[in-house]
Amino acid sequence: MLLKLAWRNIWRNKRRTIITIVSIAFAVILSSLMRSMQLGSYERMVDNSVRFLTGYLQIHKKGYWDEQVIDNAFTPPSNLQKKVEGIANVEAAVPRLESFALASYQTKTKGALVIGIDPQKEAALTNVEDKIVQGKPFEIDEKHVLIGTGLAEYLKLSVGDTIVLISQGYHGANAAGKYAVCGLVQFGLPQLTNQAVFMPLPSAQYFFGAEQLLTALAVVTEHPKHVSSIEASLLQEVDTTALEVMNWRIMMPELIQGIEVDNISGIIMLMLLYVVIGFGMFGTFLMMTTERLYEFGVLLSIGMRRYKLQLIVFAEIIMLAMIAVLVGFALSIPLISYFYHHPISLSDTYKEAFEKFGIEAVYVFSLEPIVFTSQAWVVFFMALVLGIYPLYKIWKLDPVNAMREGR
Amino acid sequence: METTVAKKIVIKTENIAKTYHESKIPVQALKDVDLEIEEGEFTAIVGPSGSGKTTLLNIIGGLDKPSKGKIIIGDTDISNLKESQLIDFRLHHIGFVFQQYNLIPVLTAKENVEFIMLLQKKSEKEMEERAMKLLKEVGLEDKAKVRPSELSGGQQQRVAVIRALASRPKFILADEPTANLDSASAGNLLDMMARMNREENMTFIFSTHDQRVIDKARRVVTLEDGMIKYDEVR
Repeated sequence: MLLKLAWRNIWRNKRRTIITIVSIAFAVILSSLMRSMQLGSYERMVDNSVRFLTGYLQIHKKGYWDEQVIDNAFTPPSNLQKKVEGIANVEAAVPRLESFALASYQTKTKGALVIGIDPQKEAALTNVEDKIVQGKPFEIDEKHVLIGTGLAEYLKLSVGDTIVLISQGYHGANAAGKYAVCGLVQFGLPQLTNQAVFMPLPSAQYFFGAEQLLTALAVVTEHPKHVSSIEASLLQEVDTTALEVMNWRIMMPELIQGIEVDNISGIIMLMLLYVVIGFGMFGTFLMMTTERLYEFGVLLSIGMRRYKLQLIVFAEIIMLAMIAVLVGFALSIPLISYFYHHPISLSDTYKEAFEKFGIEAVYVFSLEPIVFTSQAWVVFFMALVLGIYPLYKIWKLDPVNAMREGR
Repeated sequence: METTVAKKIVIKTENIAKTYHESKIPVQALKDVDLEIEEGEFTAIVGPSGSGKTTLLNIIGGLDKPSKGKIIIGDTDISNLKESQLIDFRLHHIGFVFQQYNLIPVLTAKENVEFIMLLQKKSEKEMEERAMKLLKEVGLEDKAKVRPSELSGGQQQRVAVIRALASRPKFILADEPTANLDSASAGNLLDMMARMNREENMTFIFSTHDQRVIDKARRVVTLEDGMIKYDEVR
């Protein structure tokens, strides 16, 4: 009967209860939406950076990461790729040879990142073929390259034109070549779009005079959650005196820091929102207590133990918070699902500003359970903290005074 | 030869005094009150406002502690009990009827009567049977599933009285039970309590200003300035 009593007490003042539920639910929707957008953007940023640049894990020559030059390329052991691909949850091992070059077309020159790829393996990492926005699908060979749209725009060239690449090859060799542009590619990551030149791995090895060499073997995982277990397996498979295994967190500390800083600002915004809602909740709990002082006094007088009365009020608070959270979930899940499947692309005005900071101009949303569970925990935690007031009031309640004051 | 059977004393107060220190000047609400209430009494405690009626009732009911003196209920000196012991004592031995908002508004009449038995951890069957029996006795069995807001003031007080009775207490303390009732309702309520007093030998102690209650009482204790001025048995 105590639970029944608590349930009915919630609905004693329907209007107030509904207003409280709506305000908490609104906070849950708003904070879930904000959090989903934030986490979705982080996932996208990580995915763009990690998948397109480094892979979640990478094997390279010891010291390469600190000095990323062609001279730090390595000759992969013959069975390395097979061994890596044999590890559980590894989707692919993608060989790469990367270095910088000057790209020229007519009178324009720009620094470019020449990436030698294995087109079939690369499908698992950058999926270049899907990123082609102009030109024929993936017809690169020793004479043809794909370049980023940003680079093409800067050089004012289009598909069919010839690009000249000049660089320093392996151990100081001269590297120069001209290639026909067979297609333009566009990535979510502006820095890649603005400087990438893709060519087949053998062509890149020939261009840089680095026969059979790789700068990295990127490891594509089936899911980011498998990174640490795969890393542990890789460390057993790889000769760690010559090579090193790095995960994306070590390779991209700036990305992690950027996300952490942004995350803190997002959390501060959420906290401000919850402080406002907290006052609303406290107002309700305060009313629930003060308007029932006489009744509490009567209940204590007739022989109800204080803890039972506290349990009833506590149950009311928890039930109220639970209903509000459930209503919030019921409304926010479809809303966020919609945005998850239909990310918000920003207009060209904002796009330029975003891309200046190397950020893709699109708001993507996350459907990770933590988006919702974290809101539930926050509301419950707030309810527990704010619920201390009525529980304390009951603990200190003198039935005689309560009945006198509550009349 | 005529035999006199000594009646059992239910409540005995010995020199109880109560001083409030709420303001700078201490207020003495009760001064050396000695009172004995026997089983089956129908007693009204009367007196002007501030005479100490409610304080006396609260002390007898274990809701307030005296500054001095003893209160013995049955064989127990409740002036020395701890708060948790007092709560249990009230639950099992004392019935309360208050002036207003007596009932839990979100429970039905029957649930209100059952509530006190629930606190006493009685079985569902016993709660159900006793609640229905008591509701029937006061003519409210058809209102069993009705919430207090749908009952008249008089009906609410009748439910409050049977809720007090439901726990099978030693006596019932009623603080101005008719204060918010019209004459007819007050009359009905008093008749009902008088009948219970007669038929079940239940002891009733009222604090009241109401002449109708005073007229029905078989003993009237008049308080003035915290002291018993008259104690009249009719």
